Amino acid sequence: MVIDKEKIIHVSKLARISLDKKKSEALAKDLSSIFKFIEQLNELNTDKIEPLSSILNEPLRSRQDLISDGKIRDKVLKNSPKKNEEFFVVPKVIE
Amino acid sequence: MNDITNQSLDEIIKKIKSKEISSVELTKLFIKNIENAKKLNTFVTTAFEQALDNAKKFDDNPNFDQLLPGIPLAVKDLFCTSNIRTTAGSNILNNFVPTYESTVTKNLWDNGAFLLGKLNCDEFAMGSSNETSHFGNVINPVGDKLVPGGSSGGSSSALAADLTPATIGTDTGGSIRQPASFTGTVGLKPTYGLCSRWGIVAFASSLDQAGPMTKTVTDCSLMLEAMSGFDEKDSTSIKKEKEKYSKNLKDNIKGLKIGIPKEYRVNNMPKEIDKLWENGKKILKDLGAKIIDISLPHTKYALPTYYIVAPAEASSNLARYDGVRYGHRSKKGKDLIEMYENTRSEGFGDEVKRRILIGTYVLSSGYYDAYYLKAQKVRQLIKKDFDDNFTKVDAILTPSTPSSAFKIGEKTDNPVSMYLNDIFTVPANLAGLPAIAFPAGLDNKGYPLGLQLIGKVLDEQKILNIAYAFEKNCKFNNEIKKWWV
Amino acid sequence: MVGMSKDKFDYFIKGDKDNYEVIIGLEVHAQVLSKSKLFSGSSTKFGGEPNKQVSLIDSAFPGMLPVINEECVKQAVRTGLGLNAKINNYSVFDRKNYFYADLPQGYQISQYKNPIVGEGKVLLDMPYGSKQIGIERLHLEQDAGKSIHDLDPSNTYVDLNRSGIALMEIVSKPDLRSPDEVNAYIKKLRSIMRYLGTCDGNMQEGSLRADVNVSVRKIGDKKFGTRCEIKNVNSIKFMQMAIEYEAARQVELLESGKQIDQETRLFDTKKNETRSMRSKEDAHDYRYFPDPDLLPLKLEPSLVDDLKKSLPELPDKKKERFIKDYGLNIYEANVLVSEKEISNYYEEVAKISDKKLTATWMMGDLFAMLNEKNLNISESPISAKDFAELIQSIKSGEISGRIAKEVFEIMVESGDNPKKIIESKGMKQQSDPKELEKLINEILKKDKGKVDQYKAGKEKLFGFFVGQVMKASGGKANPQLTNEILKKFLKK
Repeated sequence: MVIDKEKIIHVSKLARISLDKKKSEALAKDLSSIFKFIEQLNELNTDKIEPLSSILNEPLRSRQDLISDGKIRDKVLKNSPKKNEEFFVVPKVIE
Repeated sequence: MNDITNQSLDEIIKKIKSKEISSVELTKLFIKNIENAKKLNTFVTTAFEQALDNAKKFDDNPNFDQLLPGIPLAVKDLFCTSNIRTTAGSNILNNFVPTYESTVTKNLWDNGAFLLGKLNCDEFAMGSSNETSHFGNVINPVGDKLVPGGSSGGSSSALAADLTPATIGTDTGGSIRQPASFTGTVGLKPTYGLCSRWGIVAFASSLDQAGPMTKTVTDCSLMLEAMSGFDEKDSTSIKKEKEKYSKNLKDNIKGLKIGIPKEYRVNNMPKEIDKLWENGKKILKDLGAKIIDISLPHTKYALPTYYIVAPAEASSNLARYDGVRYGHRSKKGKDLIEMYENTRSEGFGDEVKRRILIGTYVLSSGYYDAYYLKAQKVRQLIKKDFDDNFTKVDAILTPSTPSSAFKIGEKTDNPVSMYLNDIFTVPANLAGLPAIAFPAGLDNKGYPLGLQLIGKVLDEQKILNIAYAFEKNCKFNNEIKKWWV
Repeated sequence: MVGMSKDKFDYFIKGDKDNYEVIIGLEVHAQVLSKSKLFSGSSTKFGGEPNKQVSLIDSAFPGMLPVINEECVKQAVRTGLGLNAKINNYSVFDRKNYFYADLPQGYQISQYKNPIVGEGKVLLDMPYGSKQIGIERLHLEQDAGKSIHDLDPSNTYVDLNRSGIALMEIVSKPDLRSPDEVNAYIKKLRSIMRYLGTCDGNMQEGSLRADVNVSVRKIGDKKFGTRCEIKNVNSIKFMQMAIEYEAARQVELLESGKQIDQETRLFDTKKNETRSMRSKEDAHDYRYFPDPDLLPLKLEPSLVDDLKKSLPELPDKKKERFIKDYGLNIYEANVLVSEKEISNYYEEVAKISDKKLTATWMMGDLFAMLNEKNLNISESPISAKDFAELIQSIKSGEISGRIAKEVFEIMVESGDNPKKIIESKGMKQQSDPKELEKLINEILKKDKGKVDQYKAGKEKLFGFFVGQVMKASGGKANPQLTNEILKKFLKK
């Protein structure tokens, strides 16, 4: 599949990455060649194959319902680029 | 005091135990080496002061019963280390200082080792040459203009240049084994679930595994023993008894059946790789192993499958880097959405963006079935290839890379040619199998080449044993001249 | 509680040209009752200080991994069983990818293709008969954090205390047809979950919220119209208002020949209208895929069996039993099983008192008092034990109904037990025939003229004499006995 600039722009919106025109064009070219490569899979008929659900053949382990974490606000907020004593702070969200 | 930094971890431990050298002396020797090797650009962050403190603590109160008594270790900068900056080679984590320690590094420290510093790597472990790091290229000590492989390129380079006695990396599609082969060292990717992923910056969750990178197979068994083990904090960690890989290491491989998959003889494979492989077969045969030709028919689809599954998972794993709770935040943008878009645009490098976009695309509405679901079906077929053959053979021998180390910049313009580097290593990740790469010879330029053994699930001991037997009987010499000093 | 008198369904929207039927489906988000979060050990307690119930997992630090809380899984299964639903022994956690400030991972762990609970049903008792509402599915998912927009004019604050708390999303089939049915459905769901102890149903605290899907179609049409989804409505009243507004809006569009866009809308509680949520539109491609940090969830059949065995009696069953064993009518039974605590209170009283009288008094004076004081039954100032004593005193004739009301008032004010109140205030009914005869004799003597009138045929005066007896006895004269004695004396 040829990936054109419009598709790149659409996908970059979904992925929340801003791209300038030059970068979009370069990425369109790169992705087109990569998709050509991965589309080799189309040679295979997989109609009757179950997709792999997990590489491990183990049951999902669960934990007991205990309060064992939290109460570490200092640690949680420590690395934030913008915060106050209680909250993370982000630019205004308009709903 | 003799410089013992070029010796194996095993030898160094013996000297610590016999008190021939103290932990502080040892640490100082490595620090000196590191300071003399800035040209290689292997370290992103050093922790010398902390390391010397820890060394002194060890010397004051030594415990020689530990697996890694008083050993300084540098680790890939993908492992979160408490109070030491952890960048994953990315600008977006340029200033990130974790308040927690990854399970794997904690296991190492609990066995007597301590942190020497954080090693450069491809950004978020996405790369095969260490050229995607925000912190610049790493140089392969084998040659001035050569890449060290990737993504654990800082690890392989630092190890080969005697800047750390052993190290650890992560391997999603070959990121331990390929750089090990490019530097003439040993690297092992364990069975998926053997080493905890807790506290390791995630790239592709269903493929990522941490593993040891060492100078010898003995060292490899020692490091694997120290770092592995069940972790209840990781839902994909396998619950089982801890194994004593180093104690159980033996070189008798008589009667073991070694499979040779014909599909790994790819088009345009250099003759010397073919020769290396033939020679490997001969050595194992001479040691009493049985060589059996096998077929893994879906091998050629492994790499295309990988380039759907890994970016898909990565696109989601990397969504958390949004500038809200940690890491880089753009100063541009008038609202939240623009803040995200600019943060991520400034924070991620080109290769990471490429993979996020591929991953976003293959999961997006209307394309999921054609790409992601298809890839998971093919992944099933690839796994089945291995399952079928492991009823007949004990391990599978292949080359570990299609070439020796290449020049910096040689493949950066063509992503697909770069991706082809992982053609032999990716299948083991897709099938969750253990695989070890070990040095097996030099090419005509004098650069190291490696072979790979793929084992059954949780059969690390067996592939270690075979590699160990091979190492003893292969006259490989990886003398590296310290041209950078 | 049901209280309408209509016996025929009649909720239709009248347009100028046609009449329309309203089709409603609900996606209810019910917070699972558990101590810790779905994938981390932080507390789920409501109302904590901001960001103090947040782990490194809830705030999605690099390398953090989810481990599932077994209790949340059990709670989902219990709820599924309570909804008569199919329990899926194999389910999968998926990632739902989108960006938002209060979604730290950049994805919500949810269940998409393989939910833990499949189809089920809920029965509603409507004035026009009982109605079955289909359940499409129930799945487990993580809640998001909270964005606070009004603490700072130029910034939004983010609190992650709620981030990662387990929710059950319960998706109904589009079987609901009116705001009243929505009201009954939410109350029934809430009641079932409170019986099961799987969700506290507290709508003020956000433990129960819903996305409401609304469409309209001309009466008689088979095809559904285009639906709009009204996001995150957190009270029944608002749901009903939103549905009414939205249905009218859609009818107006159709009648003026316009199209309805399938979209996500927001209910503005101040303006009482729904409006388009454009901010959500471009992020609609959620790119679901199985979460590779988790394995498929496989339930042991024995676990499901054990949970089934330990299930409490649910409202529908209890209602049947109340009707059969206690002789209540459907209306009484419905009211008394609506809340587990109410039914417990009722049974505690009824097992030692008259069943019917208990129901009458609970639904009358007790509920009126609780309503007035804005209390729920577990906060009632009258304990079930005391209430039972009161009922017994009425039944045995120790006090009259009228006196009982006084005793009840005093019980509410003082918290004293009824026996004590009756004793100390001498409120016991006067039931000694000799005493009463003496009293009545005196009264009749005093009003000889009226007695004569009565005997001459003015029988209406009988009530007057009863009144005089009551007045003289301070209301304590046993009414039945008073009647008998009066009749006897007036015959002479």
